[in-house]
Amino acid sequence: MLRARELGLERGGRQLFSGIELQLERGQLVQIEGANGAGKTSLLRILAGLSRYGFSGSVDRFAPQLFLGHQSAVKGLLTPRENLAWHVAGEAGFSAEAIDAALAAVNLYGYEDVPSHALSAGQHRRVNLARLFLTRAPLWLLDEPFTAIDRAGVAALEARLLEHLQQGGGVLLTSHQPVAVAYPLLRLDLASGALL
Amino acid sequence: MTPASAAGFCFRLLRRQLVLGLRRPVELGNPLLFFAMVVALFPLGLGPAPDTLADFAPGILWIVALLSNLLTSDAVFRSDLEDGSLEQLLLAPQPLYFSALAYVLAHWLLTGLLLGLVSPVFALMLGLAPAAIPALAFSLLLGTAVLSLIGGIGGALTVGLKRGGMLISLLILPFYMPVLIFGSSAVQAALNGSPAGPYLAILGALLCISIALAPMAIAAGLRISVDT
Repeated sequence: MLRARELGLERGGRQLFSGIELQLERGQLVQIEGANGAGKTSLLRILAGLSRYGFSGSVDRFAPQLFLGHQSAVKGLLTPRENLAWHVAGEAGFSAEAIDAALAAVNLYGYEDVPSHALSAGQHRRVNLARLFLTRAPLWLLDEPFTAIDRAGVAALEARLLEHLQQGGGVLLTSHQPVAVAYPLLRLDLASGALL
Repeated sequence: MTPASAAGFCFRLLRRQLVLGLRRPVELGNPLLFFAMVVALFPLGLGPAPDTLADFAPGILWIVALLSNLLTSDAVFRSDLEDGSLEQLLLAPQPLYFSALAYVLAHWLLTGLLLGLVSPVFALMLGLAPAAIPALAFSLLLGTAVLSLIGGIGGALTVGLKRGGMLISLLILPFYMPVLIFGSSAVQAALNGSPAGPYLAILGALLCISIALAPMAIAAGLRISVDT
C-alpha cells in the first residue's frame, strides 16, 4: 500500500533519520518509535505527501489514505456534526445517520449540536477520530491518535484499529503509549532505521 | 472507494466558509466599518468643501476598498492552517484549484459583494454625483472579485508566517494597481458623462484572467505554506 525508499531528513543541520526503508502491506500494523524530536511526525508527513521538499528518498502510495495529524481540525463555530460532515466531505456522501453513529462511537452522543468551542480538547480530538469509523480509505497514517483520549476512548479506538486490520487495512501510527491491540505489531525504530 | 465529486466538494467548502463567516457577524461588519471610518477621515484631512471631495471621491473610494480588501486577505487561510483543516484539504482527492476558488468566492461574497452593495451610501457621504454611482457600484463588484483572487495568492503565501501583514501588502499591492486604475477610471468616466462600459469591460477581462490563473498560484502557495 505504501513503499518508502532511502528516506532521510535533515533539519537545522542535524540528520534526523536516514536510510529508512518501509513497505506497508495490507493487514499490517506498524508503529514508528523514537524519542521526542526524533522526527516521527516529520516522517509521517513525508509519507502522507504533505512534505514534498527537503527530504531525500522516495515515497509511493498505492491506496487511498487517511492522515490524522496532531491538530484536530475542529472549528469552534461549527457543531461536531458539521465538523465531521466536512471532514469526510472528500469521500463519497455519508448520511446524517452514519455521521451521528460515528459520533456516538467516539462517545459524543448528545453533543452533536453543541458548538465545538464549548467542548474540551479531548472531545475535539474525538470529533476528529470519529472519521476512523466512517472512512473507507484502506491506508491509515495516524500521528499520536491516543493523545488526550481517556482510557475508555483508547479501548474503543484500539477495537476499531483491530477491526480495520482484520478487514485488510494498513495502519501506520506514532504513539508514546504502548498499543494494546491483539495483532502482530511491527516497530520501526527511527534511530537505527530497523523494522522489528 | 470513490471520492466525492469536485463540484459537490467545492459547494460544501463554500457553504462551510459562508456559515463560518455568518456565525461571526463582527468579522463581516469590521471591513465595512473600516471603510466608513477611513472615508470619514478624508473630509477632515482635505477640508469639507464639497467640490474638492467630489473630485477626489472616485480615487478615495477605490483606494479604501483596496485597503479594506488587503486587511481581510491576510486571514482567509490563517485559522484553517492553525487548526489543521488546511492539511486535510490538501490531502483531499479533489483538485485544489477548485477548492482555492471556493475559498476566494466565499471571501468575496462576505467582503466585496457587501462593500459593492453599500458603496452608494459612502459615495453620497463624499458628495459623488449620483450619475456616477452605478459605475462605482459595478466597478467595485467586478474589481473586488479580482482583488479577492489576488489577495488569496498573498494570503496563501504568507499564511505560514507569524506576522505576514506587512509582507502581504508588499507582495500584492503592485498587482492591485491595474484594478485601481481601471476601477477609478470607470467612475471618473461616468462623472465626465462618457461611457464607463469600456473600463468595466477591462475589469471583467482582468477578472477572467484572475479566475483562470490565481487559483493555481493559491494552490501552490498553500502547498508551500503547509510544507514546513
